Amino acid sequence: MHKLKLAGLSIILALFTTVSSIVSLQADELDLSGKTVEFVIPFSESGGSAKWANFYAPLLGEALPGQPTVVVKFMPGAGSTKGANWFQDQSYEDSNGTLIFGSSGSTQFPYLLGDPRVKYEYSDWNVVLASGTGGVAYLPPDLAGMMNGMDASALAGTDFIWGSQGATRLDLVPLLAWKMLGMSVEPVFGIKGRGDGRLMFERGEANIDYQTSSAYLKSVVPLVENGQAVPMMTWGALDNNGNVVRDPTFPDIPSFKEVCDATPGCETSGEAWDAWKAFFIAGFPAQKMVFLPKGADQDAIDTYTKAFDAVIARPDFPEISAARLGMYPQMTGALAAASLNLGTQVDPVAKAFVINWLAEDYGVTLDN
Amino acid sequence: MDILVTAITALDEAVLLVLHPSQLLYLFIGVVLGLSVGVFPGLGGIAGLSLVLPFMFGMEPVSGLALMVGLIAVVPTSDTFASVLMGIPGSSASQATVLDGFPLAKKGEAARALSAAFASSLFGGLIGAIVLTFFILIARPIVLAFGTPEMLMITLLGLSMVAILAGRVALKGLAAACLGLLIGTIGEAGAGGSLRMATYDIPYLTDGIKLVIVGLGIFAIPEIVSLLRKDKSISEKSTLGAGWLTGVADWWKNIWLSIRCSVIGVIVGVIPGLGGSVVDWIAYGHAVQTTKDKSAFGSGEIRGVIGPESSNNAKEGGGLVPTLIFGIPGSGSMAIFIGGLALLGFDAGPQLIQNELSLTYTIVWSLALANVFGAGLCIALSGGIAKLTTIRFALLAPFLFMMISFAAFQSRQSLGDLIALFLIGVLGIFLKRFDWSRPAFLIGFVLSSQAENYSNNAHQIASFKFRRSLEQGFEYIASPIVLILLVITIVSVVIGIRQAKQIFSEGEMSTGKKTAPLIFLLVLLVYTTTALINAALIDLTSDKIFPVTISVVGIIALLILLIKMMMAPEGDIIFADSESGKEGHEAPYGLWGTLGWLGLLLLLTSLLGFILALGFFLLVYFRIRTRLTWPRVCFFTLLGLAFMCFFAYILNRDFPPGLLQELFKLPWPLT
Repeated sequence: MHKLKLAGLSIILALFTTVSSIVSLQADELDLSGKTVEFVIPFSESGGSAKWANFYAPLLGEALPGQPTVVVKFMPGAGSTKGANWFQDQSYEDSNGTLIFGSSGSTQFPYLLGDPRVKYEYSDWNVVLASGTGGVAYLPPDLAGMMNGMDASALAGTDFIWGSQGATRLDLVPLLAWKMLGMSVEPVFGIKGRGDGRLMFERGEANIDYQTSSAYLKSVVPLVENGQAVPMMTWGALDNNGNVVRDPTFPDIPSFKEVCDATPGCETSGEAWDAWKAFFIAGFPAQKMVFLPKGADQDAIDTYTKAFDAVIARPDFPEISAARLGMYPQMTGALAAASLNLGTQVDPVAKAFVINWLAEDYGVTLDN
Repeated sequence: MDILVTAITALDEAVLLVLHPSQLLYLFIGVVLGLSVGVFPGLGGIAGLSLVLPFMFGMEPVSGLALMVGLIAVVPTSDTFASVLMGIPGSSASQATVLDGFPLAKKGEAARALSAAFASSLFGGLIGAIVLTFFILIARPIVLAFGTPEMLMITLLGLSMVAILAGRVALKGLAAACLGLLIGTIGEAGAGGSLRMATYDIPYLTDGIKLVIVGLGIFAIPEIVSLLRKDKSISEKSTLGAGWLTGVADWWKNIWLSIRCSVIGVIVGVIPGLGGSVVDWIAYGHAVQTTKDKSAFGSGEIRGVIGPESSNNAKEGGGLVPTLIFGIPGSGSMAIFIGGLALLGFDAGPQLIQNELSLTYTIVWSLALANVFGAGLCIALSGGIAKLTTIRFALLAPFLFMMISFAAFQSRQSLGDLIALFLIGVLGIFLKRFDWSRPAFLIGFVLSSQAENYSNNAHQIASFKFRRSLEQGFEYIASPIVLILLVITIVSVVIGIRQAKQIFSEGEMSTGKKTAPLIFLLVLLVYTTTALINAALIDLTSDKIFPVTISVVGIIALLILLIKMMMAPEGDIIFADSESGKEGHEAPYGLWGTLGWLGLLLLLTSLLGFILALGFFLLVYFRIRTRLTWPRVCFFTLLGLAFMCFFAYILNRDFPPGLLQELFKLPWPLT
């Protein structure tokens, strides 16, 4: 009797699961109506990633099926390593499309350099958007006046002071560029964000600085207009053949490559250049990416890709994004996957060069 | 003159915008939201602002602004409730309010303390707006004059308040402050990322301990436990004394103090990077120094409430200056404010003030108006809410345990938050018991990372400048502002040490046997020595120098105390131990049993997750500890659960998960 009952029960149960799985199969086109999507940013509320996420969140909410509310949730700590490690532990089934994560160049660099704190693995995640950006270095007018056209060799005798977030972060790209130009730049480590670096420049405590494009457009352009700062160079942009060319957002500012070419003693080939270029490519053209957690099915990836495509295709997108993000590629689908590859792989020779240089010049070791 | 004309024209436009009925409505909604969120200790404006941000996109700019500003403006007003009524510092801006506000509540004068605080808040907010209206036009060069050495000096000025709050034995205060500074260095160093008193095996520690946890642990838990042991109400008198009218009259009598503290608030708020953590201490110190009869401070002096409360609302106004002029937020809530502005299509920065002056003024004066609304509402409510202090405390305590656990968890959303809360709470209980100044500890903790960062940066920059030339170096570190601040700091330390003997933040103390105070001192000595060894092993100078220096100072202070203890006879004030006095003998319940209830809640949470644990905890507590009838037990339990779920749902907050949640996937709110 009991056995019969049990068998009956299990049949009913099996039927039920089949039916429900069929139903869920049909509902596979992700519908998020009435849901809240959490857009987790592993930084604080004031940085460039916050600006980028705040820009996209409402637009994405409109474009996703069911118009969910997209809220940006900040999870700062250990220069984004903490948030990324947390995201590594999330699986798609827990959130069913209501969780996305935004990483940045500062998430990629410790990963590339083999920082022991990194417990995340990019290849587990599913990229749905990749945004590029650029950066601009700038000087006080009197020092900028010492440059002979694009030749920076006259700057070699000046002591530069620069507010930096730390040598293993995105800041290593400018630091290495300046070193290659023969400039002696003393980084003051330990500032909390690039905004603080600019404030140090404005106060005259620092006499060189750089900002990523969105921050440059917003906060440094007014200084340039008032004659308090002069742009020195951009880090450039990548063309389709992988060459560093002028940044289309700043067509009037030379790229580091041009300045390096014009400066005797700086080489646009060889070990240092290769290392710089490798880390520039990892840090800027594919700087900020949006991921779905590991285990996401193709439907979810497609839904999000479509939504981001729709955002980028908005007629007003060029206008609103140019003002807040700059003119950089916003990539989805295969292009995004390609730039994820670019951003998370670096030539071992370049890596060894950078690790050695960090240890020699700044005493930074990565094997603690 | 030109400036004045532009200001007045823009002001004219702004007034019209601010007083538009629909803007007023949005502002009012913001105020009500802010008040409801702000009452919750540790949540503050950040949670509230994140709540409204999603609705901001596409809103009419001025309405959106009104909503946001309304919310920000009243958070430092409403967190006063927790400070005064429960001795919980609601946010970093109201730490100092606890010192005198809570003793007033214990005396049955909660309504007086609250309304005096709100009147001061209101006034501070208005003064802030008036000063800003003109200051914002000329602020840029002044703000730029504050470089790293100047910021360091202001941080030191904040730290110098330790002298005044050190308590009966100055060395104990110094040691407590050093301990606070050391606890503040736990985790990854800001400069080089070296680990201090932490390991990668415990990821929680690498990020350091957050202020919310320390505030709750050091102030709230010892107070709750001590009240719960006595099993009476918060107010020691059964009837409430002085009402809210007295409070407003108190504020009026001290209007000059209120004006001075408001100005302090604006000035400190204007400097980016300092945030709210020093301003209330500086204002409190000022209030003490300018009062003739200092004997009541720490045990219910109304001036100790008026000072900090006048400054903390004025500070929010001041904080707008770096936020708007430089696009650099002065605090977490200002950071989200910038985000909100961006959603409305405005970019904070110099161009905002040049091109959109009327909008800037709209922000400034919405802030003032929101202060009036908020404080007005709070004064009206304070008489009623003060009645909470007459309820039997045993009935309130479990809900307080519930609230602080939930609030603590919001800091990192990790179970580690709850463990840290409990451990810091135990430390707080001992600091209170043996009369080691808890305010001194808190000041040290709050200013630790600033003190380290600024001294590191200033040292780096100064040594570059000195390498260039001696003249440049001195020009950098000995600017007029630095020198003026230095003088103020020295004066404040000297006066402070002289006055400290009159200010007892822990009230009357009795002394007992030598053993217990001695053991606690030895424990502190072991910790500081471990911290010293740990720091000495770090390679990077930038990461080790600060903890090494602080722990050496701490160890010296502790060693002198140790020698003094060996020399002093039993009964000397150095052996203060509240357990040997009234509290220890008369309280019907023991210390550890009472703390055990909080331990039980946290332990259950780690197993079952917060909501299940809370239900179970409330049932057991109300049945066993307060011996209520079953219907009442069930009613109170459901009440607590419903409140928690409602609150978390509205704010879209998570609950601490436990072991159960790791094994099984449960639906909200059991997650």
